[in-house]
Amino acid sequence: MLSRTADHLYWMARYLERAETTARLLEVGARNALLPDPSGGYRNDWEAVLQAKGTLEEFKEKYGEPNQRNIETWLFFDAENPSSVLSCINAARENARVVRTALTAPVWDAINSAFQELKQLQRTERSKLMLSDLSEWTLRTCHLVRGCIQATQLRNDGYDFMGIGTSVERADNTARLIDVKYYVLLPSLSYVGSGLDQSQWALLLQSMTAQRAFNWTYTGEITAQKIAHLLILNRKFPRSLLSCVRWSCEHLDNIAENYQTGTRAQDVAHQLLDDLSRATVEDIFDEGLHEFLGRFMARNAGLAITVQDVYLHGMPA
Amino acid sequence: MPKNWATLHVRDKIFVAGLFLSPGNVEFEAQSEGNTMSAKQAPIFNEMMNGEDVRAAYRNLEQWYRSMPAELRSLKQSEAEALFRRVGITFAVYGEGGDPERLIPFDMFPRVLTDGEWRKLDRGIRQRAAALNAFLCDVYGRREIIRAGRIPEHLVTNNEAYEKAAVGFMPPKGVFSHIVGVDLVRTGPDQFYVLEDNCRTPSGVSYMLQNREIMMRMYPQLFMENRIAPVDGYAGLLKKTLASVAPKKCMSEPNIVILTPGQFNSAYYEHSFLADLMGVELVEGQDLFVEGDFVWMKTTEGPKKVDVIYRRIDDSFLDPLCFRPDSMLGVPGLMDVYRSGGVTICSAPGAGVADDKAIYTYVPDMIRFYLGEEPVLENVPTWQCAKKDDCKYVLEHLPELVVKEVHGSGGYGMLVGPKSDKSTIEAFEAKIRENPENYIAQPTLSLSACPTFVEEGIAPRHVDLRPYCLVGEKIELVPGGLTRVALTEGSLVVNSSQGGGVKDTWVLAE
Repeated sequence: MLSRTADHLYWMARYLERAETTARLLEVGARNALLPDPSGGYRNDWEAVLQAKGTLEEFKEKYGEPNQRNIETWLFFDAENPSSVLSCINAARENARVVRTALTAPVWDAINSAFQELKQLQRTERSKLMLSDLSEWTLRTCHLVRGCIQATQLRNDGYDFMGIGTSVERADNTARLIDVKYYVLLPSLSYVGSGLDQSQWALLLQSMTAQRAFNWTYTGEITAQKIAHLLILNRKFPRSLLSCVRWSCEHLDNIAENYQTGTRAQDVAHQLLDDLSRATVEDIFDEGLHEFLGRFMARNAGLAITVQDVYLHGMPA
Repeated sequence: MPKNWATLHVRDKIFVAGLFLSPGNVEFEAQSEGNTMSAKQAPIFNEMMNGEDVRAAYRNLEQWYRSMPAELRSLKQSEAEALFRRVGITFAVYGEGGDPERLIPFDMFPRVLTDGEWRKLDRGIRQRAAALNAFLCDVYGRREIIRAGRIPEHLVTNNEAYEKAAVGFMPPKGVFSHIVGVDLVRTGPDQFYVLEDNCRTPSGVSYMLQNREIMMRMYPQLFMENRIAPVDGYAGLLKKTLASVAPKKCMSEPNIVILTPGQFNSAYYEHSFLADLMGVELVEGQDLFVEGDFVWMKTTEGPKKVDVIYRRIDDSFLDPLCFRPDSMLGVPGLMDVYRSGGVTICSAPGAGVADDKAIYTYVPDMIRFYLGEEPVLENVPTWQCAKKDDCKYVLEHLPELVVKEVHGSGGYGMLVGPKSDKSTIEAFEAKIRENPENYIAQPTLSLSACPTFVEEGIAPRHVDLRPYCLVGEKIELVPGGLTRVALTEGSLVVNSSQGGGVKDTWVLAE
């Protein structure tokens, strides 16, 4: 397949996944804001959400103080924010448009329809749009596109490049979502283990549609350790870091088999998987959750760069 | 992947047909009469009617129209539009503001040609495509037509589209122009004229195919009641045609690609649509490179050899080493590989010299010269200002003529005599006197009209027709083409940029 085609497929999948994460973050932020603040009034964790997205600076420059309405605009509709839902859906659709020949009609239809619907949403009066509707719409859209890919795409190299895009992006996003928790706790370490702390961990589960997964997998009360295990090391949970890296490996292995030759990318991915498989929750908390996540994100990004170098930039392998 | 759009000057000839007026200033009469179709004063041929009677070819359609509730029609119309948008059949307009992805208005009333009418067009178009290719082989080879004094040499060699790099090279199967789009207008039951030939990379064929798809989806009943010749073999024939001109050096199944300027090109949808239908890669210049004697494309498995390039970019952008050094769209070294027979470029560089407006007037002579036949299809009578007598006539009759720049396209840089005021005509006259060679003139023709949906029902609107003829080892032509319609009452401008739309075009099977 053309390297450029593979590149567009890869980025289409990444942007789609990114749109979903932004919507999930919005949801977490909004729910966090409904929790009472122990020091009186309601909590305002919006800054943490923006920090996790790495866009706090840009946001402040444009809007000043974070409040829900502004953040909603910034994270959902603002074309100047490269990771807003709008920007991501547009970018996913633009990438798809360029390589339409590599997509089945249902996949293109799903992406293009999302793009048209989003235009419709933009024209709708804001007072008529609930935040939860917006994030639900985004999640549904992403599920629909991925479902179409799953159900209709040929299992060829293009499928695997989309798969790598999804798994690399999702790994990064899960790490960021867990990191929100870190930023939320930053103001005062005394919250750790308190009742509020618990409810925030529970929120994190909710934002990843993982409450039931948690209850089915673990017994007893919700603890930070168990949640960290679910989101980082659990092989069964489809958004855990380990699952994501495993999929990256699977897709890369498929490609190697397909092309009858491997590259550096397979080595890098398997190395990451091995290290992650050996890790324990205790190790992670000893190292510091934030530090661990930072290190993971860097290695995951390294994997992405390797894939681009060996497959997507058209250099002879 | 942003491209510098400002550097793109892709000659895209879709929707840039000429502009023709009916005699007797239809528009002015329309104002006094309130009816453009007044048979007495403006003898416009309405393709559905024969006097008061509905012509046989349109009888079923007329019934269909009569029995259709108005609500249903508007419902179907918006359904069709939603389909076009959903499928993404848009053409891109950048730099004008507004939505860059525009829909070409689709009129649901089909245009019908009978089997008999088509047979004549079919013969005429194939004949023309053969003669144009013979001409191209000749002018880049032995130049017999020039030596025989049938075409003045300077018209060929001074032509902007004349490609020195193509001289002395015979492309595979002797084909320069593999897709010939012949623009036709009709003035009467049996009278078709060729308005212009498009020998480079005529676009619009995706609309021919999609208009049919949408009509079949919207009104399957119509296709049961009428025997309509299918057009969907086009992509298969195109692929066969391109494969048949693979270079001699290609020993296996040829690797065909479509070369596009990229997603910002107005016809990008068509490029990707055709690539998809044929199952070939859609590449940009950046995907290709030259190494050794061949052209390669960059794939995830390393370089892969390319044998046939159906390019949708202009000659001057093909190879920065040979043509425009600033072109980012082409492939450095491509022309060397081409000339040494390592790759076939379709259409061949230099093919444009055959579709120039100055050359156009000589096509009937070409047909006689190369094929020894009489032309089946007539040209629109044309005066060449380069000829003294012609120029004199043109200058004396400006108010009744359409004057065009020889190399212009898109309906720009032209004078429409009957629609222009005195000062415009005078200004244009000065331009002609200054550089007569740059202009040709044609009479205003009474373009035929087809029933077209309007707010109040149907009304006749002017149409033209572009069939797409494929030339490879064989000459192929699917029965149909793209009908463009001027949607504004009285208007003769079918260009989509100026209120033109498209219709499904039926050829009735015997």
